[in-house]
This record gives sequence, structure tokens and C-alpha cells, in this order.
Amino acid sequence: MSLWVDQYRPRTLDALNYHKGLSDRLKSLSASGDFPHMLFYGPSGAGKKTRISCTLRQLFGPGVEKLKIDQRIFLSPSKRKLEINLVQSNYHLEITPSEAGNFDRVVIQELLKEIAQTQQVDLGAKQRFKVVVINEADSLSRDAQAALRRTMEKYMSNMRIILCANSTSRLIAPIKSRCLLMRVAAPNEEEILDVLQSVARRAGFDLPPEAGTKIAEDSGGNLRKAVLTLEALKMQSPDLTGPLSIAKPDWELYCQKVADLIIGEQSPGRVMEVRSKFYELLSHCIPPTVILKTVAERVVDKVDDALKADIMHWAAFYEVRMRTGNKKIYHLEAWVIKVMSLYKHFFYNIDMSEFD
Amino acid sequence: MASNFFAKAPSAKSTTATKQVIEPPLQPWVEKYRPKTIDDVSAQEHTITVLQKTLTSTNLPHMLFYGPPGTGKTSTILALARQLFGPDNFKNRVLELNASDERGISIVREKIKSFARQTPRAQAVASDGKTYPCPPYKIIILDEADSMTQDAQGALRRIMETYARITRFCLVCNYVTRIIEPLASRCSKFRFTPLDSDSSSLRLAHIAQCENVPVSKPVIDALINTSNGDLRRAITYLQSASRLSSSTQPPTPILPIDIQEIAGVVPDNVIKDFARVLGIDVDDDEMDIDDKPSQKQNGFDPIRKKVKFLMREGYSASQIISQLHDFVIFHPTLNGRKKSACALVFAEADKALCDGADEELWVLEVGLRVHKSVMS
Repeated sequence: MSLWVDQYRPRTLDALNYHKGLSDRLKSLSASGDFPHMLFYGPSGAGKKTRISCTLRQLFGPGVEKLKIDQRIFLSPSKRKLEINLVQSNYHLEITPSEAGNFDRVVIQELLKEIAQTQQVDLGAKQRFKVVVINEADSLSRDAQAALRRTMEKYMSNMRIILCANSTSRLIAPIKSRCLLMRVAAPNEEEILDVLQSVARRAGFDLPPEAGTKIAEDSGGNLRKAVLTLEALKMQSPDLTGPLSIAKPDWELYCQKVADLIIGEQSPGRVMEVRSKFYELLSHCIPPTVILKTVAERVVDKVDDALKADIMHWAAFYEVRMRTGNKKIYHLEAWVIKVMSLYKHFFYNIDMSEFD
Repeated sequence: MASNFFAKAPSAKSTTATKQVIEPPLQPWVEKYRPKTIDDVSAQEHTITVLQKTLTSTNLPHMLFYGPPGTGKTSTILALARQLFGPDNFKNRVLELNASDERGISIVREKIKSFARQTPRAQAVASDGKTYPCPPYKIIILDEADSMTQDAQGALRRIMETYARITRFCLVCNYVTRIIEPLASRCSKFRFTPLDSDSSSLRLAHIAQCENVPVSKPVIDALINTSNGDLRRAITYLQSASRLSSSTQPPTPILPIDIQEIAGVVPDNVIKDFARVLGIDVDDDEMDIDDKPSQKQNGFDPIRKKVKFLMREGYSASQIISQLHDFVIFHPTLNGRKKSACALVFAEADKALCDGADEELWVLEVGLRVHKSVMS
């Protein structure tokens, strides 16, 4: 038995619940025989992957769903062995290059050239090209993206590339200009509600509208999260009536506790306390950016209007430092101390300008 | 070859097979309409006149082509090589390496060196009856040379000199500063400028005519505006738009708004809404009236809400920032001091995004600081 997210995932373009215009475009493109390289982008949980798999099915028929997992070994220039998992069917192939870390260029070069230089031999195939789906394309290194450039033009006859990314900011311009961009926006609350209702109908129960609205509000546009929450709630209380408490993940609660600590008192002792809490979060593999954002959101909700802009400013400032720097905890701490000093000065009405 | 094979196949099969062969080659138009001779290259008159001379004198220096993407650097050198050697000699006289090939120092030492030291083979007889100059040297094209490592570039130095008699190098790159000085000084440099709108629109109109795509003047303008002098981008957008329009039943004409959607540009009214929340005066002549009351309320919370909304719509942060930048800088009523304060913010945000910072935080940061500097 699988999760509802997978079980009730739409399989064809017609079954998709929202963004009808986009689905129609995809459908007509895959029918036209002149299929371009594509780049799907949008926030997570908006349905990028679902759309890609539906498009593939539209292109090649049900054969694409016969997947096999293959392990391939690549040699890095320094003769290190890289083991990469490939998910492939007869017609397409999926890779997640972030598995290869710094050597993603080697994987991209070898794999794509190999596919690009072999022709489809199956005469029964609907299309003459193979499709390569590259997930998390925004984490591709610059080198790997540069390696894609010419390959995408040269071997157009044997291969199409579908990139899937959260944002186009980190893709180099030459790649963007070679793809047809497909923006997949997050569904709004009514659309989420629709989907939840249809999931409930297919699972064989009635979803009270209030519960549905609440889940939709809570999900923040992430459909996957919404469906998962629905399933979890269904397990908790099978009739889904009465007051529903959507359980927040415990790291989020923990982050809120940290925020409360920061506002509660501003002293070196409190910084130490916060620091140990940060370590706890980091050691549970919560990404530092997520920690910073969650804590900052919570702090901002509780302080005076005059301080809000400054707190977000420093959050943004230290977030960049965290990326370029090496040790995350320094920057988290620095931000906490900055916020504390801002807060305290604001409270005692001291002019801060000479401390900047 | 494939067509011969299928022609002998039983008739029932051959109908499907020939159908596949007759299908037009699904080449991207960028490849299909690559200039065949250097006279076809749009704009770049200066470079072309110099290269014309080399065709007649058949003497060629080492060359370094640089300029922004989509200005015809690769097209020019390929066309030149084809005109020099003709199709029959092209294969054994020209070695083209680009970033998709392995180009570490070992390749420079082995592949490039061994190709460079070969004496050029005798001229094959041109099969198409034309005569080509076919000068007694080979050309090595290093495309996207700025992605070569420093070491690999260093290894090229001596090779370029030693075999200069029988081999010419052509380096093609976007950023001339990434090429090490000793290599750059060995080459004669050609700068490729972004295409002006006249020559781009001529070329686009020509392609549209060849492909039987009806395009109107506003569409061509939209293409040129979104592509910023990058002809390849404009052609790709044109092809995508024609695919979309021709695949619906009945075919719909291409509209400028389609081009914007394909190019991933954030629609103007979304940017205007954002600007309004930031407290910048927007001259809304035909904007929706029911939005008026919200004009008053600006401050932290509306901005945060708007940023959340933008992120959920999936627009890319760099695109939002660059469009907001254009909006602020060309704003008619803001004074210079405010504009420069905003420009500082945009520059910082761009750097942060390049370093891989979180998009939502930085769009919010830009929003807040622009708001602050506009309000002050």
C-alpha cells in the first residue's frame, strides 16, 4: 500500500486538476512531433514532476512507466569512482546530478553523449528520440551547465532534455535560451481544496469543507504537503470532524521556541542557550537556511513594526554569508546577537547608528 | 542510407517508414539558419571585412573572438572554415572542441597537440565542382574557451607557437578576461557587438518567411526586447512560439504576450503591483480600479505578503529584480538620490543571488530597502 500522494497522482495530462492552459500546451506540443527541450520551474509541491511524467506518457504511451533502476559507474578525472543511480525506461532516463557532487560535469558529459549518439532502434516507438529528465537542475555546477550547451544543439535529433528546477536564477543564460520555459505556479487554495476533495472521493470518504479549507491554508501552496496532511489527519480521527489540530513538525516547534527565547531575554547567557538549540537542530540535519528563515519569521511576528525591516535585512545578510562561508553556526549566532542588540537598543531607546 | 533500406522493404511497412523519413529534419532553427558564408553573418561589418581579406589572401592569424552570447561568433568561424576548405576537406582540416568535450590539460597535450603537428593532408578534389582556396594549414576551433582551466590554457601557449606554420587556432569566448594574457597576446582579437534591432528584425523576418510563420511587427519587437541583442535567443523563442501556435487547432496567431511567457518574463502588471506595494507611484492608466484602496497601505506586512505571493507564483527572483530595476531606474518622477539608493540594493541582491542565497529572503530584502529609500 502506497501513500495517497503516489496512489492518487494523476497519470495523464487530462487528469491534471489545475493549470488547464499549461496541460493543453503540453498536450499539443507532444502531439506535434516537434518537441523542444523544456525547463519546468516553480516552487516545490506545485506539480512539476507530475506534469513531466504525464507529458512523457503522452509522448510515448504507457511504456514509460516500466521503470528499472540501474547503477552506473563513472570515472572522475582523478580516477575516482562515482556510483550514480539511474532510473530509466525504454524511452527515457532520469538523473539527479546532485548525487555526483562536484563531478556532475563528468556524468553529464558521458551520459548525454552516450545517449545522444545512439539512435532509437525500436521501430514501434512513437518518437525517434529519447528523453533525459534532469532533476534539481538548479544545483548543477557551472561546468556541467556549460557542458550541456552544445550537446543540446548538436544532438537534437536523438535526444530531448527536460530540466526540472525550483528557480531559473541559478541556471546560466545559454541554457535558458535553448529551452522552452514552463512556469508551474503553486496552486491557490481553491485548487488545493478541489484536489483534496477529489482525493477524498477516490479514497471513499467525505471531506468536510472546513477541514479541507484548513488544510489548504496550512499547506502554503504545497500540494504534496496538503495531501500528506490529509492522510495523517484521516489516520488520527477517521471522521475528520470537530476541532482539527494540524500537527506541526517538531523542528518547526523547536524553531519557534528559539524565537521566543531570543525575544524573552537578551544576555550572553541566553545566547549560549540559543546556541545549543541551534546545534541540536543542525545535528538533526535541518538546513541552516530553513532554521534562519523559520526563526526570523517568528521573531518578526512578535516585535514592533519599526524593527521588522532591520531584522529581515540582517537575516538576508547573514544568510549569504552562511552560503559563502564554511561554518554555519557562526553566522546563525551572529544574527541572533545582532537581533538581540537591535531589540535591546530599541527598548532602551539608544541610537544605534554608530554601531553599524 | 536509411531511405534506400526502407525503399526495398515490403510495401505495407514502407508507407510508415517513408513517412518518417519525409518528415522535415527536426533541427532547431538556430542550426538550420546558421549562416553558410561569412557574407550572411548579420551585423559585425568590421570583423567581416577583415575576414574577407583573409579569404582572398588565404593568410590567417590566430584569432580570438569574444562578445556576448548569440552574436555570431561560432557561426562566423564555422562559415569561414567552410568557405576556406569546402565540405570535403572540412573534416580533416578542422578540429572543433567545445565545453561539452573533455578539455583538461591531458587533452591539450594529446589530442590538440597531435592534431596540430600533423602536416595537412593533400587537398581532396571538391566534389561539388567549386574551387576552394584550401590554404596549407589546419584550423583548431576552441569554442567556449573561457571555460578551459588556466593550466590547459597555459599548455596551449607553446603549442600555438611551435606549429604556427601548419595550424591556426581560433578561440571563441564570452569573457576575454578569462583568457590568460599570453594566449590573448598571440591572437588578433575580434570583438562581436550585440546586434542592433534593425539587423535582428531583418533576420527574424527572413526566417519567419522561410518557415511560413505569420508574424506581426509587435511580435518581432517583443522578440527583440526580450532577447537583448542575442539573436540565438530570439530565434529560439520564435521557434517555440510557432510550435505552440501551430500545434493548436486551429492555429492561433502569435501574440507578444506569448513571447513574454516563453521568455519567462514576469508580466508587467505583476511588477507594477509589486512596485505599488513598495510605495512607488505607478501611472496606472488602464489598471484595474478595485485595486485602488490597497494603494494606501504599505509597510512590512503587505510587502511580505506580496513577496510570498510572487514566490508561490514561481517567478524567478533574478528576473523580478532585474525588471524591478528597470522599472525604478526609468521611473519618471523619482529623484536621482532615491534611484541611486535603490540601484545599490539591486547590485547587492544580484551578487547575493549569484552566491546562491535564498530567493525569498532576498526579494523581501530588496522590497523592504527599496520601500525604505523611496519613502525617505
